[in-house]
Amino acid sequence: MYAIVFREELAPKIKLFKIEAPEVARKARPGQFIILRIDEEGERIPLTIADYDTNVGTITIIFQEVGKTTELLGELREGDSILDFVGPLGCPSEIENFGTVVCVGGGVGVAPVYPIARALKEAGNRVISIIGARTRDMLIWENEMRQISSELHVATDDGTAGRKGFVTDVLTDVLAREKVHKVVAIGPVVMMHAVSRVTPKEIPVTVSLNPIMVDGTGMCGACRVEVGDATRFACVDGPEFDGHQVNWELVLQRSRMFVEEERLAMQSFHRKGGCKCQK
Amino acid sequence: MSEVRRKIIPTKHPMPHQDAKERCHNFNEVALGYDEDTAVAEAQRCIQCKNSPCMEGCPVEINIPAFIKKITERDFAGAISIIKEKNNLPAICGRVCPQENQCEKKCTVGKKHEPVAIGRLERFVADWEMAHGSRSVKKAKPNGKKVAIVGSGPSGLTAAADLALMGYKVTVFEALHMPGGVLVYGIPEFRLPKSIVAREIASIVELGVEIKTNYVVGKLGRVDELLQEGYDAVYIGTGAGLPSFMNIPGENLNGVYSANEFLTRNNLMKAYRFPEYLTPIRVGKRVAVIGGGNVAMDAARTALRLGAESYIVYRRSFEEMPARREEIEHAREEGVHFEILTSPVEIKGNEEGRVTSMVCQRYELGEPDESGRRSPIPIKGSEYEMQVDTVIMAIGQGPNPLIQQTTPNLKTNKRGNIVVDDTTGQTSIPGVFAGGDIVTGAATVILAMGAGKRAARAIHEYIQSKG
Ligand SMILES: Cc1cc2nc3c(=O)[nH]c(=O)nc-3n(C[C@H](O)[C@H](O)[C@H](O)COP(=O)(O)OP(=O)(O)OC[C@H]3O[C@@H](n4cnc5c(N)ncnc54)[C@H](O)[C@@H]3O)c2cc1C
Ligand SMILES: Cc1cc2nc3c(=O)[nH]c(=O)nc-3n(C[C@H](O)[C@H](O)[C@H](O)COP(=O)(O)OP(=O)(O)OC[C@H]3O[C@@H](n4cnc5c(N)ncnc54)[C@H](O)[C@@H]3O)c2cc1C
Ligand code: SF4
Ligand code: SF4
Ligand code: FES
Repeated sequence: MYAIVFREELAPKIKLFKIEAPEVARKARPGQFIILRIDEEGERIPLTIADYDTNVGTITIIFQEVGKTTELLGELREGDSILDFVGPLGCPSEIENFGTVVCVGGGVGVAPVYPIARALKEAGNRVISIIGARTRDMLIWENEMRQISSELHVATDDGTAGRKGFVTDVLTDVLAREKVHKVVAIGPVVMMHAVSRVTPKEIPVTVSLNPIMVDGTGMCGACRVEVGDATRFACVDGPEFDGHQVNWELVLQRSRMFVEEERLAMQSFHRKGGCKCQK
Repeated sequence: MSEVRRKIIPTKHPMPHQDAKERCHNFNEVALGYDEDTAVAEAQRCIQCKNSPCMEGCPVEINIPAFIKKITERDFAGAISIIKEKNNLPAICGRVCPQENQCEKKCTVGKKHEPVAIGRLERFVADWEMAHGSRSVKKAKPNGKKVAIVGSGPSGLTAAADLALMGYKVTVFEALHMPGGVLVYGIPEFRLPKSIVAREIASIVELGVEIKTNYVVGKLGRVDELLQEGYDAVYIGTGAGLPSFMNIPGENLNGVYSANEFLTRNNLMKAYRFPEYLTPIRVGKRVAVIGGGNVAMDAARTALRLGAESYIVYRRSFEEMPARREEIEHAREEGVHFEILTSPVEIKGNEEGRVTSMVCQRYELGEPDESGRRSPIPIKGSEYEMQVDTVIMAIGQGPNPLIQQTTPNLKTNKRGNIVVDDTTGQTSIPGVFAGGDIVTGAATVILAMGAGKRAARAIHEYIQSKG
């Protein structure tokens, strides 16, 4: 069992947990993820490692409640435990001194961008961060990001915080005025796709894909993605790939594999009165 | 005085089965097992050969005549303890061993008649022991040495049990949340109930073996780190879990699964009980399973039980199918359709990216290839379309690559299998041993166990020689 030692609501439906997992904390690197299963009946779901503390032995995860497992998770309190927690999975981010790197985080994707941006900064890069959300309330970790960035820009769809518009609007401006050596983007698929589109081909774009997974160890192939015409398993070959080469249409298509089942699971879950967010 | 020669009953006592019409709608075990009287009667078919050729066919060298004799004496406890001298997983082997190619193939009675049903008898006594709960655990005296086992499939579990019996402190590291390897994530409940696997594993834990689940070696501790941390030896039994695809157009459409994914969702994650269990599975109305091995049969029979019309699509003929005859028979009885001498060339989908059909090509058989089987040759112009909404690829698995990638100096062959000394399981790194599917490629439970046994002996010698 893995104990939840800290819990915080960052925004409506976005929560931060610190989970006691000392062995994982010792090995975790930016860009990697964990897979958890809440209980015996639970599904295995992947979540990115948002931070780790080797001394205390904790892993920080930040998740958005989008379906039955994340909602169930959101109901857990400090002191509760999770049955299974495995990691660190996937390949760590490539961290070296590239020069100037733009780190783009959208929605809950700000969380996984954070440790990468921090490591890039520590490696000597000039880190320009751009974070965005639909609206001010949904914006997470603005202060944390400001502390580890050379420069921070904020964008919200409705203009309630920072600039009104999308993170790609800010990115386009930055690319126009600066010599950028690399872009890192994590967020909704449409956002990562848009970032890859507005970034010229000469500038590498690293994106972190989040396909449906089961084992996370390369055993099932559920996480197949196409990158540069080759099929790759995101859990072991990724989750980071070159955004210029990703087949984005396929990423979207495969994320809809179980839409009907996901709806069914939510219905039966709400019928049981399992979710306290329903009136 | 000469003994009166008993006349041998020419056929095995039949195995009681759940009726095919009923079982295709549930996940309960298909074969129900012998009762005591049937077991004794079957045991009496054994003529107790002096040279016992059957034992040569058993990779773990169970003293077959001796345990069968105990059954004729109704000393079932005695029978199981003879089996357990050599085999820590009898309830599993009795169910899934390809006995027809092993012990039973060599049986003397089998020369003229059907062989003695050795596997069924093994299963009977193992089940009898579980039902009568009289397990005696002889814990060995600790010898102060530690061994790490990577992977909790049959190979790793066997090595763990044997080493524990010799007094070693054994820790098994398993990537998934449940131990058992293919026994829990691959082979379905209706062929091997998970409660039985759990019982067999519990009896290994009773020997003092520690199993650490959720531990991916290579991501957490690496093999070299385990050695540095004070393990005197490491045994790698990580299996052949990497699914192969065909590289044909449409393979990434929604509705195309690897057999591993399909079976893992069902067996390990219990998707057949969705939404009580939260892991979904979508099976559709018509399912094509590509392949002709045990894995393909398991996937096709699982799809059937989930309510679909189920087809096996195989490019050679029935003769060449690598699956056990019994499994093919069971699949046919349950209503799985067979499209033999056929292979897909393309999978087609709709605008949402869901599978709608599969373009297939017919094959004919040519000369035998290097595997000794007649090789399939495509017939030009024979393409036709098959309406399906799910396609399951069961065309083989490669070695899990993680350990090889994270262990410098570990020698592998060009397929990625770990290279070992055949008799000891010793790898290119001192103190590191390997066996099972990771070495041989996808094979059988009992061969993986045999490798675990040999390696346990070699590890013992290795550690002793170091002093
Ligand atoms: C490497 C990786 C890192 C991720 N990191 C984060 C993170 O840091 N924070 C966060 O909020 N989310 C993250 N996700 C997404 C998260 O895993 C899904 O939101 C979660 O699985 C949804 O489960 P559910 O039961 O609540 O929703 P469901 O109702 O089951 O599904 C909602 C959505 O989640 C996707 N999904 C469903 N099941 C899975 C699964 N087993 N694996 C992956 N996706 C699935 C579906 O495509 C669907 O669009 C990550 C995904 C991956 C692959
Ligand atoms: C569907 C199916 C049906 C089959 N039917 C039969 C049958 O009827 N009869 C028969 O004899 N054989 C059958 N087989 C074959 C048989 O199951 C295998 O040969 C056998 O399980 C191999 O055992 P193993 O211990 O080598 O590996 P596995 O059983 O594959 O176990 C390997 C274990 O190692 C774990 N692992 C991998 N990498 C790591 C890592 N880095 N760190 C920690 N753990 C790791 C895996 O998660 C897994 O649990 C079948 C196989 C399948 C897939
Ligand atoms: S373990 Fe397998 S081969 Fe050996 S006796 Fe039992 S069924 Fe036969
Ligand atoms: S070969 Fe057959 S008959 Fe002879 S001892 Fe073995 S099981 Fe009995
Ligand atoms: S999640 Fe199973 S192979 Fe990637």
